[in-house]
Order: sequence, then C-alpha cells, then structure tokens
Amino acid sequence: MTQEMPEHIVRSYEEDLKRLRDMVARMGGLAEQQVADATTALTRRDSELAAEVVKRDAQLDQLEREIEAFCVRLLALRQPMASDLRFIVATMKISHDLERIGDYARNGAKRAIVLATLPVIGSLNGFARMARLVQENLTAAIDALVQDDAEAAARVWGADEPVDDIYNGIFRELLTHMMEDPRNITGATHLLFIAKNLERIGDHATNIAETVHYAVRGDSLPEDRPKSDSSAFAVVRPPEA
Amino acid sequence: MSSSTETVATETSSSSSFGGLQARSDAAINATARVSVRNLDFFYGETKALKSINFDLPEKQVTGMIGPSGCGKSTLLRVLNRMYSLYPGQRATGEVLMDGRNMIAPSVDVNELRAKVGMVFQKPTPFPMSIYDNVAFGIKLHERLSKAQMDERIEWALSRAAIWDEVKDRLDRSALGLSGGQQQRLCIARTIAVRPEVILFDEPTSALDPISTLKIEELIDELKRDFTIAIVTHNMQQAARCADQVAFFYLGELVEIAPAAQMFTAPKQKRTQEYITGRFG
Repeated sequence: MTQEMPEHIVRSYEEDLKRLRDMVARMGGLAEQQVADATTALTRRDSELAAEVVKRDAQLDQLEREIEAFCVRLLALRQPMASDLRFIVATMKISHDLERIGDYARNGAKRAIVLATLPVIGSLNGFARMARLVQENLTAAIDALVQDDAEAAARVWGADEPVDDIYNGIFRELLTHMMEDPRNITGATHLLFIAKNLERIGDHATNIAETVHYAVRGDSLPEDRPKSDSSAFAVVRPPEA
Repeated sequence: MSSSTETVATETSSSSSFGGLQARSDAAINATARVSVRNLDFFYGETKALKSINFDLPEKQVTGMIGPSGCGKSTLLRVLNRMYSLYPGQRATGEVLMDGRNMIAPSVDVNELRAKVGMVFQKPTPFPMSIYDNVAFGIKLHERLSKAQMDERIEWALSRAAIWDEVKDRLDRSALGLSGGQQQRLCIARTIAVRPEVILFDEPTSALDPISTLKIEELIDELKRDFTIAIVTHNMQQAARCADQVAFFYLGELVEIAPAAQMFTAPKQKRTQEYITGRFG
C-alpha cells in the first residue's frame, strides 16, 4: 500500500523532497547497473567492461556526497518533521548502503580483470543467478523507496534467504575445486571474494528495505531477519587418499 | 566439563544513551497526573469550541499544545484557570480535576484556583509600577507577608525566573524600562511568586527575539522541576524543544497526544502527520 499524502504547503520544500527522491533513485539505478556490469564482466571474461565499472564507481561516491550535503541542508533549513524527517534520514542512510554496494561491485570488477587472465574454474551459473536475485532485491528496494511502499519493502527484507543458499553452494563448490587442484586456488579465492561481495550486496539491499519500511511506517521491522548463510560454520576435510 | 557455570548475557541496551532526550520521553510515559481534564466541553454562546476533551497534565512536566488557529488550544488554556468566567455567554461542562476536586465547579473560589494555576501571556504584561511592586502585586492578593518575608519571596521569584541578576540593583525602577525578554521573565516571576502548582504559558515567546526565546525555553526547562507546565505554541520547533508530551488539537478536538519524540518523528494520526509536516488543508 502506498500512503497518500497531500502536497506540502511550501512548494519549494515539496520540490526539494522530490529532488532528493530523484537523486536517490538515480543513485540506486547506477548501483544496480554497476552490479549487473560487474557480473557480466565476470561471466563473459570482459576486462574492458570490468575496467569501466571500476572507473564508474567515482560517480556513486560523488552522488553519495551530494545526497548527504543536500540532506544536511534540508535538515538545517526546512526543519523537517515526522514522515519528511524520516524520509530525509532514510535517504541519507540508503545513500551509504548504495555507496557500499558500489564498492563491492568495483571490487568484483577488479577481480574479474584478474580472473580473465586465469583458466576457467567450473561453471559461473551460480554467480549469474545470485547476481540476478541480488539485483532484483536491490531494484525492488529502491522502487519501494520511490513509491513509499512499506509492504514491498517488507517483502524484499524477507527475500534474502535464496541469496544465502546460492552463496553456500558456491562456497562448497569452490572449496572442492581448490582441493582437487591447488593451481585453482588463486582463481577460486578471487571467485570466493566475489561471491561474498554479492552476498554482502544482498544484505545491503535488505538494509535499504528496512530503512524504507521505517521511513514509510515510522516503526521498525523485527531485529532478526531470515538468514541461511552457513559458510561461517563450514569445515574443510582433506580429500581421501 | 560442566556447563553449569555458564551465564547467559542479557542485553539491556535498548533505553541507552539519548541522555536528556531519553529522560524526557521516559518521563512523559511514567508521570502521574497533576491535572486531569475529563469530558470537557466549552461553549462560546451556541458555538461548541471544545468537544469532549480528555487528557492529563503530568506532574512536573511540560505539555505542549499545538494546532492551527481556532483549534481550541488557547480556549482550553483559558478554561484551565477559568479565565472565561469573566465573559457572559461562555461556559464549560465537564471536569478539570486537581486532587480529586473539579476546579471549574462554581463552588471552587476562582482566586483559590488562580493561586494554584498561574498564567503567562503572549505579550509581556508588566504593570506600570516598579519591578518590585510588579512581583509583590500578586502575592498581596493571596498572602500577608512581613517586609522581610516579602523581600525574600521577591528575590526567590526573580531568581527562579532567571532575571534577578539583571534587576537586583534597580528593583524600584519602572518595569516598563525593561526589554521585551526581561519583561516576559518579570511576568513569569510575578506568576511564580504566588507559588502556583501549575503554570500555563500562552505563546510566551511569540513577541520575543530568538535569544530571549531560548532564555524563556531554558527557564521553562528549569521551572518544570517544581511546577507542572502547559504551553500553547504555534512554533512546532518550540514544542519539540520544550515539551515532554505534545497534544495536537483540531476543530475543538484533541486529535492526538503523545511523547514529544514520538509526536515529531512518527505521529499516529493522519491529521497530525499532515499538520506537523506542513501539508494541512
């Protein structure tokens, strides 16, 4: 459900809020594209595209700074209250999440450049699937913000489990490759970091969803989110001789 | 190995470190009522200006009242010390309870009520007399004090109103020579000189500059240690700065009452939300 709110009496304030919403939507779109391109660069072994992702990250950093400065200005000059206050604080937090997502994408792209020079290890289907899920969640979270949709935000918040499941699968698969042939270790380690990056991006998408829910409704989602990343408990057993 | 020595760590960090702000919203939830308004209706002739108002002024706390012009908040303040009884055709039904007594019942002496419930107005209203006599004026209506007692009471009142240092050397000079902010603090001194339990502020800073305004707000914060306070204000930021709980009135109804922090971050009612974000009408 989206909340119907009449327009603000001060038109320039309404415009400021609209502008802030646009800035975050633009930053969200850019972050989505970075994640998508970083993944494409990996699966297609496209170093040029990867280099572009690395370069483009500066735009996200710049947008984050702009959003933050704009929020501080709004807080000082408009003295926002209630839903406006929550929205402004939320966009500030979300811009930090998006900036982190950008960092993970850039890091993945850098590793993709290295990986393009190494032999192929196994299938990258899991990566493509995981990246698609993460992007879907990220897009849905940003849409929820733009449309003030708390229910959509709550759905995103609960939808991170499959991402964790794929991550666990990739983790096990890569361990197996490393055990089979130590020459795989360099590449597999880079891949492992990329998988972890994607998993972290998924977590930031749920953070964004949580923040959107608070901005729209004024109350918080429960502290415990459904999670199934079990790699922290994994034990490596040497192959049987 | 026995695990019986293991202890389970319990987290109690939720009400952690907002300092004064946290104390403010905790207080708003825990206090006992000093004044209880029950089923209060108020009429200007045929017009019903307040509709079945129910709420409490918690003891030694600041209750902010906000709402658009004509919403009834100032009317309510005037009911609380029966200011309306000066005007024919105005009447209130319902109860304003203090210590179990209905203070708006005709059987209660209005002077007794006003000794308990003092009021400070929008514009400073010093009398054209000396600073000393301004403060002594109200006391003389209610009490007979010796000169020494009177001197002591006046110094106490002026000190509590944070103006003693500025006027102690010119108590015999006219109050009209003071600045607006000083005049307002003098009026506060005059109000607290009769040692009321409740102080009502009707837009006490709307005629003052920002620094004088902050001084009054600081003073209100100071005064709530001893007095129960209600403040009507058009300035939402002022309500946010001063009040423990905030009541929003609209068209003679109490729409919502909540701790200030909740009121200004996540009000429950749509009308409150629209009013405080400036989307009204």
